[in-house]
Amino acid sequence: MCGIVGLFLKDSALEPQLGAMLTDMLVTMTDRGPDSAGIAIYGDDDGANTKLTVQSDQPDAAFADLDKTLSQALGAPVTLERRDTHAVLRLPRDKEMDAVRILRDAGEVRLMSAGSTLEIYKEVGLPKDVAARFDIASMAGTHGIGHTRMATESAVTTLGAHPFNTGADQCLVHNGSLSNHNSLRRKLQRMGVHIETQNDTEVGAAYLTWRMQNGASLGEALESALDDLDGFFTFVVGTKDGFGVVRDPIACKPAVMAETDQYVAFGSEYRALVNLPGIDEARVWEPEPATVYFWKHSDPQVPTGKAA
Amino acid sequence: MTMKDTKHDGPPRTPPRQSATFTQDVNAEIRRAAATGIYDIRGGGAKRKVPHFDDLLFLGASISRYPLEGYRERCGTDVTLGTRHAKNPIKLDIPVTIAGMSFGALSGAAKEALGRGASAAGTSTTTGDGGMTQEERGHSSKLVYQYLPSRYGMNPDDLRKADAIEVVVGQGAKPGGGGMLLGQKISDRVAQMRNLPQGIDQRSACRHPDWTGPDDLEIKILELREITGWKVPIYIKVGGARPYFDTTLAIKAGADVVVLDGMQGGTAATQDVFIEHVGQPILACIRESVRALQDMNMHREVQLIVSGGIRSGADVAKCMALGADAVAIGTAALIALGDNDPRWEEEYQKLGTTAGAYDDWHEGRDPAGITTQDPELAARFDPIEGGRRLNNFLKVMTLEAQTIARACGKNHLHNLEPEDLCAITMEAAAMAKVPLAGTDWWPGKPGTGF
Amino acid sequence: MQTIDLGTTALRELNASLHAQAADTNQTAWEIVNPRGSHAVAVGLDAPIEVYVKGSTGYYTAGMNKQATVHVHGSAGPGVAENMISGTVIVDGDASQYAGATGHGGTLVIKGNASSRCGISMKGIDIVVHGNVGHMSAFMAQSGNLVVCGDAGEALGDSIYEARLFVRGSVKSLGADCIEKEMRPEHLEILRDLLERGGCDARPEEFRRYGSARQLYNFNIDNAY
Repeated sequence: MCGIVGLFLKDSALEPQLGAMLTDMLVTMTDRGPDSAGIAIYGDDDGANTKLTVQSDQPDAAFADLDKTLSQALGAPVTLERRDTHAVLRLPRDKEMDAVRILRDAGEVRLMSAGSTLEIYKEVGLPKDVAARFDIASMAGTHGIGHTRMATESAVTTLGAHPFNTGADQCLVHNGSLSNHNSLRRKLQRMGVHIETQNDTEVGAAYLTWRMQNGASLGEALESALDDLDGFFTFVVGTKDGFGVVRDPIACKPAVMAETDQYVAFGSEYRALVNLPGIDEARVWEPEPATVYFWKHSDPQVPTGKAA
Repeated sequence: MTMKDTKHDGPPRTPPRQSATFTQDVNAEIRRAAATGIYDIRGGGAKRKVPHFDDLLFLGASISRYPLEGYRERCGTDVTLGTRHAKNPIKLDIPVTIAGMSFGALSGAAKEALGRGASAAGTSTTTGDGGMTQEERGHSSKLVYQYLPSRYGMNPDDLRKADAIEVVVGQGAKPGGGGMLLGQKISDRVAQMRNLPQGIDQRSACRHPDWTGPDDLEIKILELREITGWKVPIYIKVGGARPYFDTTLAIKAGADVVVLDGMQGGTAATQDVFIEHVGQPILACIRESVRALQDMNMHREVQLIVSGGIRSGADVAKCMALGADAVAIGTAALIALGDNDPRWEEEYQKLGTTAGAYDDWHEGRDPAGITTQDPELAARFDPIEGGRRLNNFLKVMTLEAQTIARACGKNHLHNLEPEDLCAITMEAAAMAKVPLAGTDWWPGKPGTGF
Repeated sequence: MQTIDLGTTALRELNASLHAQAADTNQTAWEIVNPRGSHAVAVGLDAPIEVYVKGSTGYYTAGMNKQATVHVHGSAGPGVAENMISGTVIVDGDASQYAGATGHGGTLVIKGNASSRCGISMKGIDIVVHGNVGHMSAFMAQSGNLVVCGDAGEALGDSIYEARLFVRGSVKSLGADCIEKEMRPEHLEILRDLLERGGCDARPEEFRRYGSARQLYNFNIDNAY
């Protein structure tokens, strides 16, 4: 039960303002979810490194020598850039799997995201406070997704906040309430999928990850989600190159989209979109139920990859 | 049945044995279903035995505590509902309110009697699915207007005449279900109030038509407050299923009052399987709802009204000790009016039932003239006498609750605490989170390893 | 004309001002600027006034309207004109889900498209949509008229009672118990009037009529789903 915003830029001139635009959109949605907030930003790609975003409730201690110890363990260079309770570790791409394993085993920090461009920042609190802590407004990027949460049945914690990382450079946010997540969680866990919380959305994210690990494209995974996930959902997903939306067949959780030559935007309510440039002339519509929408930077002029 | 285990001339035989699984009742229901092809629809609440307030007892004062003297030393009973956001909270003399029951389910005269009795006792009544009637508004000094998924008869004029608005998300008899009113009860007047053709089965939706989930509910509440000028309290009513989460979300959505209805709470009509198999007993719901209020720092700021099988002042006192601010009664109020009275036994027999068991309220043939739209049957019921009886009953409940509270040394009902109670069964101890009698322990008590 | 700027005026103040207008008010024309998607704009009005909203609105615009004319010069969010009793609500752009939900009377005109559940549980309201309507429109519609000049989405008129549905374009699918019905002269007359009130230049003859098969009116096991 939440507010979602998303912004996919077609016009690279807007990229320096991505964080500021997303922050403004998300703060507008505060009423829909006062418990926690998070933002996924698709930023720079240096072509060689993976970025691991990590979080700690004791960041001073946890981040103090993290880059050095990880570098030693990997035998490779690691840099650390701290933002409040989060830090972005940059390390060579071929060391990503090892690094994730080492960090999980050590248990000192929590992994928020992994990928070449994706960074995820999320904490308990109101959107304006969370965005300020991480200075989201200063961040540049090609696309991003924000979420503000009203928890339904699972705990109000950092790990219960959205977005959820679903695989390299992939993330998902959710508005709604899944009704079969407990049995699906057990099924995925039996197959070795790592799930940390009792949160329904994390199960949705883990489900998509599992489908894609088994060869499905994101579009295919979203389509099969329509069959396998029960309950109410509007999902917004991000990938390194793209941005997608899907609603359940009943489609009663709100969703508004706007598209211009410069961007594609998503909001749980129209209010979230009102400050975007050229919104008065934008094409504004609501996504259809049980339909997958997808936009890619490699092909931004063919917007709705509608399926299902 | 007497059964000899021997025949005159043969060996001992095994007497016929009825199954505990396939009982005669179960078999009769299977035969009924096989013959008709429709599930059993009935009124009322869960009839199965569930842990209830009878399994809790109060610890009266002796030497460690001092009791108050009856009649002379004051024991307050008043309660104010809707203090969080409303300009005009509801002040009640007693913490026993009348639960929502529709005109349509009940006759106009029965609604009038509820208004008369409640007003005389200084408490509120509640509308139901089908809109506000003149009988009810005219005779209720404080009237709560239910805002239901069907929106039958919903209009802004009545909304502004209400003393509070109760957004009904669910009810204890059928959490997750909508309403049903079968054609027999859709009279001209009921049909007109609901914009329906006469005589058809009326199916009410289970979700509201224009919002889903707490994030949208928050906006719906904003609209209702803007229309009514932020004057009256907004209640949110939920069925007892996941009381911790539902209470938390009702508070987040902006409720002034949470109404929590356990599975014993009645309905005008729904599937028997729904009534008996969905929801939790009210005893198991109250502490969880109170825990949610406490976790949100809203206990006593957002008031909690509980309902579902409340029958006496002892039940009222127990609800309040567990943390409720007030209770609502439905079935008990109907019985006070004369529903299921043995004086109509001959007619109950003709309907194939007996006094106390009559629950086919949806068929509209209530011999007591209360749950009917049949003019001849309805004429049997005198609203003035009914109102007098309800007032008497409400006063007795209040006196009983005061008697208990004084015995526990309390000068106000709202000072009763869980620590004033013990439980006589393990089940009740676990559900109410009060010690099993004679011990300091209940199943699930933190730190006890159970 | 009085102008209220929602950028500088609280919603409460706006609605309180509009509620203060009596039947014989002199201040009959109001302009609301900078709505910027605000919820509950001009709700619960009960006077023959005209309100022009310059921009797009959020949830429940003109909810429970009586007598007033509310004209949104933009798009409207979910539940526009919900439970309307009388008066007129006009949306120049699109309307989100639940437009005209449970409306008892009055006229709702949507010049763009309406999203899902348009006219859900309608109880006497007339709704004229120049564009398309989304899925589950006129769900459990009890009475009144829904006119769709464009296309209708899936499950039109599911569990419908006695409301009349007129659609000019295609219907993706009909809901349970909703069927196409004969367009008789009296229906053409009703539709002509609705199209005129809705400012549509379509001809009544171009529409098809849908309504209840009345098979769900009394319980029958064959209808269970």
